[in-house]
Amino acid sequence: MNAIPRQKLVVIGNGMAGMRTVEELLKLAPARFDITVFGAEPHPNYNRIMLSSVLAGEKQVDDIIINTLDWYRDNGITLHTGNPVMSMDPAAKTVTAASGLVVPYDRLLLATGSKPLMPPLPGLDLPGVVAFRDIADVEKMLDAADKKQRAVVIGGGLLGLEAAWGLRRRGMPTAVVHLMDTLMERQLDVEAGHLLQKDLTERGLHFFMGGQTEEVVGTSRAEGLKLTDGRTVPADLVVVAIGIRPNVDLAKSAGLDVNRGIVVGDDMKTSDDAVYSVGECVEHRGQVFGLVAPLWEQAKVCAASLAGDPDAIYVTPALSTRLKITGIDVFSAGQLAAQDEADEELIYRDSAKGIYKKLVLRDSKVVGAVMYGDVADGAWYFQLIREKADVAEMRDRMIFGQAYADVSCKGKGGVDVAAMSDDAQVCGCNGVSKGAIVKAITEKGLTSLDEVKAHTKASASCGQCASVVQAILAHTTGEVVEAKAAGMCGCTDLSHDAVRHEIIAQKLKTMDAVRGALGWHNHDGCAKCRPALNYYLLCAWPAEYVDDGQSRFINERVHANIQKDGTYSVIPRMWGGLTTPSELRAIADVADKFKIPTVKVTGGQRIDLLGVKKEQLPEVWADLNKAGLVSGHGYAKGLRTVKTCVGSEWCRFGTQDSTGLGVKLEKLMWGSWTPHKVKLAVSGCPRNCAEASIKDIGIICVEAGYDILVGGNGGIELRGTDYLTRVATEDEVLEYSGAIMQIYREEARYLERTAPWVERVGMDYVKKRILDDESGRKAAYARFLHSQKYAQIDPWAERVAGVDAHQFKTLAEVE
Amino acid sequence: MNDWIKIGRLSDIPRLGARTVETAQGQVAVFRTQDDEVFALFNRCPHKGGPLSEGIVSGRVVVCPLHNWTIDLVTGEATAPDEGCTRPVVVKLVDGDIFLELAVSKKVAHG
Ligand code: SRM
Ligand SMILES: Cc1cc2nc3c(=O)[nH]c(=O)nc-3n(C[C@H](O)[C@H](O)[C@H](O)COP(=O)(O)OP(=O)(O)OC[C@H]3O[C@@H](n4cnc5c(N)ncnc54)[C@H](O)[C@@H]3O)c2cc1C
Ligand code: SF4
Ligand code: FES
Repeated sequence: MNAIPRQKLVVIGNGMAGMRTVEELLKLAPARFDITVFGAEPHPNYNRIMLSSVLAGEKQVDDIIINTLDWYRDNGITLHTGNPVMSMDPAAKTVTAASGLVVPYDRLLLATGSKPLMPPLPGLDLPGVVAFRDIADVEKMLDAADKKQRAVVIGGGLLGLEAAWGLRRRGMPTAVVHLMDTLMERQLDVEAGHLLQKDLTERGLHFFMGGQTEEVVGTSRAEGLKLTDGRTVPADLVVVAIGIRPNVDLAKSAGLDVNRGIVVGDDMKTSDDAVYSVGECVEHRGQVFGLVAPLWEQAKVCAASLAGDPDAIYVTPALSTRLKITGIDVFSAGQLAAQDEADEELIYRDSAKGIYKKLVLRDSKVVGAVMYGDVADGAWYFQLIREKADVAEMRDRMIFGQAYADVSCKGKGGVDVAAMSDDAQVCGCNGVSKGAIVKAITEKGLTSLDEVKAHTKASASCGQCASVVQAILAHTTGEVVEAKAAGMCGCTDLSHDAVRHEIIAQKLKTMDAVRGALGWHNHDGCAKCRPALNYYLLCAWPAEYVDDGQSRFINERVHANIQKDGTYSVIPRMWGGLTTPSELRAIADVADKFKIPTVKVTGGQRIDLLGVKKEQLPEVWADLNKAGLVSGHGYAKGLRTVKTCVGSEWCRFGTQDSTGLGVKLEKLMWGSWTPHKVKLAVSGCPRNCAEASIKDIGIICVEAGYDILVGGNGGIELRGTDYLTRVATEDEVLEYSGAIMQIYREEARYLERTAPWVERVGMDYVKKRILDDESGRKAAYARFLHSQKYAQIDPWAERVAGVDAHQFKTLAEVE
Repeated sequence: MNDWIKIGRLSDIPRLGARTVETAQGQVAVFRTQDDEVFALFNRCPHKGGPLSEGIVSGRVVVCPLHNWTIDLVTGEATAPDEGCTRPVVVKLVDGDIFLELAVSKKVAHG
């Protein structure tokens, strides 16, 4: 029998929507497809939105690459750049690229984006005329800027203004020709449009409003524009930014249903069952797209669909827009103006400060917002729109912002992040709420904007919300760790990494030595740093360091989990989820004898005895020990469980002895202390009944060997594992897993699970340590085995024998 | 008042740890700091009754094991932003012997 063969997925279009879909797919079903990507551009996937910032000189091309070539390689994706697909054959299920390469597919993803709309004007083909869509366009514009030429931009919408501003920033005299009488008329009302024009004029842009281009004049290259009303605009560079048109050529010639865009259903499938489509090339329920927020949503749904989820359904989210011109704040969402008698407009205008805000209300609900000059409350208004919240209560105050609408909150000026509610959306592109950002900051100890970006994707797309994210970061860390964001705790300014480094460098072997040598502010530390130091020392000096029970959380101090009523729960180990009648009998007897109120099967394939009184613990353990049961470390920042499935021993699909391998792994790793808890699982085939793909280390058996996966987490924040490698033997599984474990033990920060650790250091790093450096891997494994010699002592048996007896007795009983 | 009751020796309690004493008024937690000071509080966290004796002691505070409130060993008061107070018990240390005065408990600061 064979492992399930991977299906072939071909992606046409190496752009934002296509690659986001691939990323989502790798999270959901890393092993389902062999993926081939064709890109017409010669670059890896980059953040198209940021082209405006590259043009304006705020970013380099390198800064906006989203997925590096290494990323494609590491994820086993075959990438053909600079090689557009010229045709597809749905009957044969193949695509043919410009190079002549023919690639077959089981599933095809069309993510061809859109093309700049080019009006049928004479002279449009002259050199010096460019669109604003890709890196090549930006390079042409920068080249013109170098020569200090004059520029004209056709189109006063979002894209055109960003282009014009970028060119102006580069020192070019720049004019904008716009067909309508106000700028950005699709996003702004007349008043805000005029304010914008005034500001941009002050910044040196020239405007030709109500101007329709008749032709691009010039002989061998563009020399300017002639407008229908006779005006002329001299220019050496003409940028056309009047709109976009879905890029549907391939789909159309292959006979797929196409209207304005490639027609897709709610599952992102086209009219051909094997062909999916996402991004600006699609049309969904009559709608086409031009912003990234809905594309991210499409990517999620399409990935789920590709992964086999029949229930994934795409719904277009509410959209908001901002203009990425540094120093100009514009925000709009929903309706721009009252449409009939039933609509009301609330307007705030401060002409001296150049602030304008308008809310459109209908039935006591906000249905639109336009803001200029002060957009701090944009996210809040947008949230009210999306939630269709009833605002009757605060109608009179809300135009002044959230801080005033909610009288109980004192406004602080600027972006009042304190007054923002947790579910207020901060990053519209990626749909990240304030609550999610705060949670990531506190739980993961994030201290920089980059870390927040990496963990939440907030401000990782257009970057407009970066200042708000920064404010939230300051606000959150400022309160939680009293402005000592980088330090381990209030006792030191040193970071976790620095402390670990010094422990080794200065050979510090006791907590007092660490606190003395590194200048701790409190001589006995605090409840935050002591458990961390205890762990770091134990990990650094396994043979020498004497564990400090008083620096451990109660559960680890008494080797049982404290419950809300002060009683404890007791979970014995069941190796790889296996048990025996005699073990079960012993558990039943203990439950009877000590009148234990609850016996429960845990989520970790073993049995929990809940409600044991502290004084009873040693007796309960003694009885369990007699039946051969030892501590399951259900309380430990250490190895918890190794879940398994029945595997080849019983299952008709099993490819290897997953149960046996699970037992071996648990025997190898039990007793080890780790930065945070560690859970493993071994599944006997890719059906993955042991849920290995959400474990810290997961093994999936296949006919040819064992796939090793790392960094999964099924807890607070679901994270699928990353694929590390495939090995052929059980011994290699043990060696690789042991080495991963040791590197995690030595390098992760206390209370950082493997999932955030892998995200922080990157899979490339893990691969470098485990795959590329064979001797390093073997050495790490040896260090792990060495430290296990001192760790594999059953703590229950020790306590039954009298260790820490005072823990389980009252000191005195008095009247 | 001479209601001092001897409950044990300083060495019975681990440094930076606690032991419990059963009394007619309820369980009392007796703490020992790094500097061998001794404090006693009724063993119920002002938050949801967590056993403070099981918390991590540092300086003159203990962190409750259930939801991490920080309780001042001297006054029994929770550290801001949390609010609440657990009743302190008068305690003295004479030649390594620990005595509690249970009849007259220290006044609760407020609340
Ligand atoms: C007993 C058990 C629930 C059950 O009845 O099934 C359980 C119980 C607790 N879990 Fe769990 N978890 C149990 C399986 C899980 C699982 C499922 C699994 O392991 O396959 C998960 C998700 C998988 C994962 O960890 O990736 C899980 C994710 C959590 C988390 C979130 C961790 C995270 O990284 O997001 C916490 C909170 C924490 O550790 O900080 C947590 C914390 C807890 C604590 C320790 C809460 C506490 O601090 O008191 C609970 C202790 C109860 C007790 O006294 O026994 N428990 N917990 C399970 C024990 C498994 C075992 O045999 O050891
Ligand atoms: C300058 C600029 C600024 C923007 N600013 C914002 C903003 O602030 N906020 C916002 O939400 N959106 C913004 N956008 C829009 C946003 O970039 C797009 O919505 C998004 O990139 C669309 O993603 P996509 O994957 O559908 O298309 P693309 O990212 O364009 O990807 C499609 C890719 O497919 C390739 N391709 C096409 N045909 C073929 C073929 N036959 N074979 C192989 N490859 C092919 C193309 O070369 C392209 O690389 C901006 C766009 C631009 C140009
Ligand atoms: S999910 Fe886990 S932590 Fe939450 S109540 Fe259940 S056992 Fe406790
Ligand atoms: S019971 Fe003590 S903090 Fe909740």
